[in-house]
Amino acid sequence: MPEESRLRATADALRARFGDDVLIEASLHCGQACVQVDPARIVSVLGFLRDDPDFGFKFLASVHGCDYMPSAPRLGVHYELLNMRQIERLRVKVRLPIEDAQIESCVGLFPTADFQEREIYDMFGVVFTGHPDLRRILMPEDYEGFPQRRDFPLGGEPVIFTHNEPEAPGWYE
Amino acid sequence: MSDEHRTLDADPLGVSYREREASITLSPIERQIAERRAVSQADTALAPETELLTLNIGPHHPATHGVLRLLTTLQGEIVRDIKPLIGYVHTGIEKNCEDKSYWKVIPLVERMDYASYYFNAMAYCMAVEKLLGIEVPPRAQYLRVIHAELCRIHSHMLWLGTSALDLGAISMFWYCFRERDNVLDLFEMSSGQRMHTRYFQIGGVVEDVPPGFVEKALWFVRQMPGRVDQFADLLDSNEILLQRMRGVGMCSQERLLELGVTGPLLRATGNPWDLRKATPYSSYDHFNFKIPVGTVGDNYDRYRVRLAEIYESCKIIEQALEGLPEGDWITDDRKVALPPRHELATSMEALIHHFKLVTEGMRVPPGEVYMPIESPRGELGCFVVSDGSSKPARVHMREPSFVNLQALGDMVKDEYLADMIVTLAMLDPVLGGIDR
Repeated sequence: MPEESRLRATADALRARFGDDVLIEASLHCGQACVQVDPARIVSVLGFLRDDPDFGFKFLASVHGCDYMPSAPRLGVHYELLNMRQIERLRVKVRLPIEDAQIESCVGLFPTADFQEREIYDMFGVVFTGHPDLRRILMPEDYEGFPQRRDFPLGGEPVIFTHNEPEAPGWYE
Repeated sequence: MSDEHRTLDADPLGVSYREREASITLSPIERQIAERRAVSQADTALAPETELLTLNIGPHHPATHGVLRLLTTLQGEIVRDIKPLIGYVHTGIEKNCEDKSYWKVIPLVERMDYASYYFNAMAYCMAVEKLLGIEVPPRAQYLRVIHAELCRIHSHMLWLGTSALDLGAISMFWYCFRERDNVLDLFEMSSGQRMHTRYFQIGGVVEDVPPGFVEKALWFVRQMPGRVDQFADLLDSNEILLQRMRGVGMCSQERLLELGVTGPLLRATGNPWDLRKATPYSSYDHFNFKIPVGTVGDNYDRYRVRLAEIYESCKIIEQALEGLPEGDWITDDRKVALPPRHELATSMEALIHHFKLVTEGMRVPPGEVYMPIESPRGELGCFVVSDGSSKPARVHMREPSFVNLQALGDMVKDEYLADMIVTLAMLDPVLGGIDR
C-alpha cells in the first residue's frame, strides 16, 4: 500500500530530522495519514514539512481543535496539511494538557491559521503563543469559559430581553 | 438668535445646529470652515487627504451580505486597513452536534452555510460513511451529484443576484431569483423542502427521486445555459459594471494560497485547483466537465469564473441524469439505514433495526476523519471525531467563507471604499457559514 510506505517515510524523516522523541504516533486511519508530534516542536515540524522538497505541504487546509475528554492530555489541535502538487494530505496532531494548554502559533508559517487559531482559543482555551492578535473571534469578547470543551454545559444561559436584564447579573453591565 | 441658544447648541465650528438646519445652502458653513482652515493651516495637524478615519461598516448593512462588521481605516476614500469582526450569528451548531445522534446532526450542519446546504450535509455524511466504512450505492452517488450541482447553481444565482444589486443592477436580482426558484422547485420535488432539505442520508439519500423529476431537471439544465448567456450579455455590456470590476480587488495567487483561499477566488487567478477533479469523490470522475479559470484574479475574473461554473454544473447534471444508474438509493446495511417500510410489517428483525436506529441511532467505530469536498465557495471540510458512542465527539466544519474572509484585507488594501463593497460581494461570504 503506497500510503502506508509514504507514512513510514514521513515518520522516518521526522525522526531523522528532530530525534526519536518528536514523533508520538504515526497512524493510518480510514485511509488518512496522521502523525502525532511533540507540541513543543510543532512549528519546526510544520516548517520542515512545508519546506522540505520531499514533502512540500505548502497549503494548510484547516486547523481545528478537539477535546478528548476522558483520555489524558485532553485537548488536541489538528493541522490538515495539503500538498497540491502531489495531491496528498497529512494530518499533524498534537495533544495538550488542559492545565497548561499552550502551543506556539504557526501564523508565521501559514497566515491562514490566524482566524482558525483564534477560533480554537475561543472554543477550547488553547493559548497560541506568538499569535499576532489572539482574541475571541466567535463568542463575545467578555464571555467567560470555553464553550466547546466537553465539560462545558450545553444550554442554561439566560436569553436576555429588556424585561429580565436585571435578573441576569453580569450581562447588562 | 439669542446667546443662550448659541451656547447650548454650539459645535466646535461655532455654528449652532439650528442655524445650520435652517439654511438650505451649506455655503456659509463651508466658507467658515475654509476661513478657519486658512487661519490655522500651520497647526491643524492633518489635512483631510492624509487624516486616517476609522469607519465602522455593519453589522447591519445590506452590502455586507449578512451580519458582518467591517472596521475600516480610511484615508480619504482609500481603504488602508480592514478588520472583519464576526460572530454575530454564532449559534453554537458545532457544540449542539455533540449532543445529537449521528442522524440528527444532518439538519444542524445544513444550517451552517445556508446557501449551500447540500454540500454541508454531503461533507458530513461522507465523513461518517468513511468512519463506518460503508459504500454508497451508485444511484445515490449520482443523485448526490445532481443535487449538489443544482445547489451550486442555486448558490451562484444567489451570489450573482445580490452582487449585481450591490453594483446597482437591480433587475439582475429578480432574474437570478427566478432561476433560483426553479432549482428550489426541483428540491421541493425530491425532498418536500425548498431549503435545508435533509435529503442526504448517511449511506445514501433519503428516498428516490419522484417520477417526473428527471424530465423537469433536464428541462432546467437545458434552458439554464441560455439564461446565463442572457445574464452575461446584460452585465458584460454594462460599461459601469466593467469599470467597477476590471482590475479591482486583485491579490496574487501566492498570497491567496498562503491565506488558505480556495474555490472560485483561487481559480480566478489561474490555479485550476478543484477537489472534484483533484480527488474525485461521489463518482465525479464519471462526468466530463472542465474547470473554469481566470487570468489575473480581479473581480471580473471571479465573476466570469462563477458564471462559467454554472455551465459546467449544467453539463454535469445533464450527464448524471442521463446516466442515472438503476438500483438502491441507500445502502442496504441495516445498522446504518432504515429498513424499507414494507419490511416492517413482516420482519421482526427489521422492526428491531428500525427501533434501534430511531431511538439510539447508529454506533460509529472510534476514529477521526477529515472529509474535504468542493463547495461553491471552496474547500468545505468536515472533521468528525467518534468515540464509539452513538453521538459524535466533535463535528467541525472547515468553512471556506470563514477562511476566505481573511483575504479581504489583502484584496481591498489601497483601493477605494466603493470598490471594497464590490470585492466583498465577489468574495461571496455567507455569514451563517462563517459564524456557524
